Amino acid sequence: MKTLVYAEHDNASLKDATLAVVTAASQIGEVHVLVAGSGCGAVAAQAAKIAGVATVHVADDAAYAQQLAENVAPLVASLMASHDAFLAPATSNGKNIAPRVAALLDVMQISDILSVESADTFTRPIYAGNAIATVQSSDAKKVITVRGTAFAKAEETGGSATIEVVSGSGDSGTSTFLSAEIAKQERPELTSAKIIVSGGRALKDAETFAATILPLADKLGAGVGASRAAVDAGFVPNDYQVGQTGKIVAPEVYVAVGISGAIQHLAGMKDSKVIIAINKDEDAPIFQVADIGLVGDLFTVVPELVAKL
Amino acid sequence: MKIIVPVKRVIDYNVKPRVKPDGSGVDLANVKMSMNPFDEIAIEEALRLREKGVATEVIAVSVGPDKAQETLRTALAMGADRAILVVAEDVEPLGVAKILAKIVEEEQPGLVILGKQAIDDDSNQTGQMLAALTGRPQGTFANTVNVSGDSVHVAREVDGGLQTVSLKMPAIITTDLRLNEPRYASLPNIMKAKSKPLAQKTPADYGVDVTPRLKTLKVVEPPVRSAGIKVADVDALVAKLKEMGVAA
Repeated sequence: MKTLVYAEHDNASLKDATLAVVTAASQIGEVHVLVAGSGCGAVAAQAAKIAGVATVHVADDAAYAQQLAENVAPLVASLMASHDAFLAPATSNGKNIAPRVAALLDVMQISDILSVESADTFTRPIYAGNAIATVQSSDAKKVITVRGTAFAKAEETGGSATIEVVSGSGDSGTSTFLSAEIAKQERPELTSAKIIVSGGRALKDAETFAATILPLADKLGAGVGASRAAVDAGFVPNDYQVGQTGKIVAPEVYVAVGISGAIQHLAGMKDSKVIIAINKDEDAPIFQVADIGLVGDLFTVVPELVAKL
Repeated sequence: MKIIVPVKRVIDYNVKPRVKPDGSGVDLANVKMSMNPFDEIAIEEALRLREKGVATEVIAVSVGPDKAQETLRTALAMGADRAILVVAEDVEPLGVAKILAKIVEEEQPGLVILGKQAIDDDSNQTGQMLAALTGRPQGTFANTVNVSGDSVHVAREVDGGLQTVSLKMPAIITTDLRLNEPRYASLPNIMKAKSKPLAQKTPADYGVDVTPRLKTLKVVEPPVRSAGIKVADVDALVAKLKEMGVAA
């Protein structure tokens, strides 16, 4: 079995999300990695060093600079003639591209897998993680997205894969990248942060959110997340959202401040090692999953905590 | 220009799903069912484009059981012009996308707007698959949609923030949460919806084989997290954090 892993990168460096996918792929068969981008030679070199990777395919073309699904999917589909399984991280990029590949191959995708039971059988969450399904695929080729928090990261060094240049059909001419507003984060990225401090609707507004949550995050060296309610209310941008349809995180420590704990939010963070909840409502559902709970008004508790840490 | 909006009947957003004791699936008997929330957003966006004069007709489509008629009536009550129900149970996203591709071929819509994922199987696939099968560009996880001439600009919610792409129409769009706030159907509109056209079809009418490719071997509850301890005050919390090595 030969697998093809889709590398998550920004043309300059390889993203951590790729490493968990390599681990998942290694449980299915030989691991090949595809780096599709523009001026992405450094990424390919980085991918070749990952332990357990046999071959890195590099498609370096201006058409792949933004990894638009319309351009990348046909490239992946053509490479799948010589691979048995395609695995992408369940990132916004992976989720955009993989189903387009699956349909081109006439394959039913298996989304967001949590484990590899065998080469054709996987577990995946359904109903916002309220149930875990074991599914077996009858397709000859597999197309899979991988939940990053469910697999250990492959070692970044130790490998010495061969690098092969590949090319695809280039620009489809149907989709054009216009712009990106990518928030400059000084803080750890949510999906790889060891500690996350998240705020909810109780933070009132954007200023209060920043004034309350950020000092605590600074003290702990933590990434900052939010509930859907806080994002919808405009306290923080959309990429802060933790939950069923936002980011799935599993840090060492997750501090939920003023978050009641709707099932959609829990779906995104309940695999955290330690959950700490601060909420004034002692019946809030968040306390049912929290390892350490503190009932109190966050506007007095959080500043006090910052002062005493 | 026509807009097609596929909608799915799913467990209501507020209901906590329960796994059947025999591990065969999730118990949906006597559970409140509603339109998938992302699909409501898709309907709303299509209606707004019609109200702006960009679109002339909004067609709601569902692939599902007989009861998905209720979901389509909700779409009609919100303001969709007509509906197509393709009666079939438990069709996978690939099968749904194939049926939709046939409907797209027949109706030639300028846009198909879908929810980005259904909250039951959480697949997040149908829109992208439909885009592949029809050879159309895709604007997934849309935060903002602007049609200008023969192209549509879509601001997409991506991991780092927002990415804006320009797609040549016809195109496929999938909705994210913040695209809009869906309207409620008014009582007069609910009454009116009862007489709007709703066509009934089967996958065979479109010549699509919907045999599942995935077999669900079992469905179990996730490992349960038990509640931990409550601490009395900040000092106790700080002590715990120090114990865990989180704070110095």
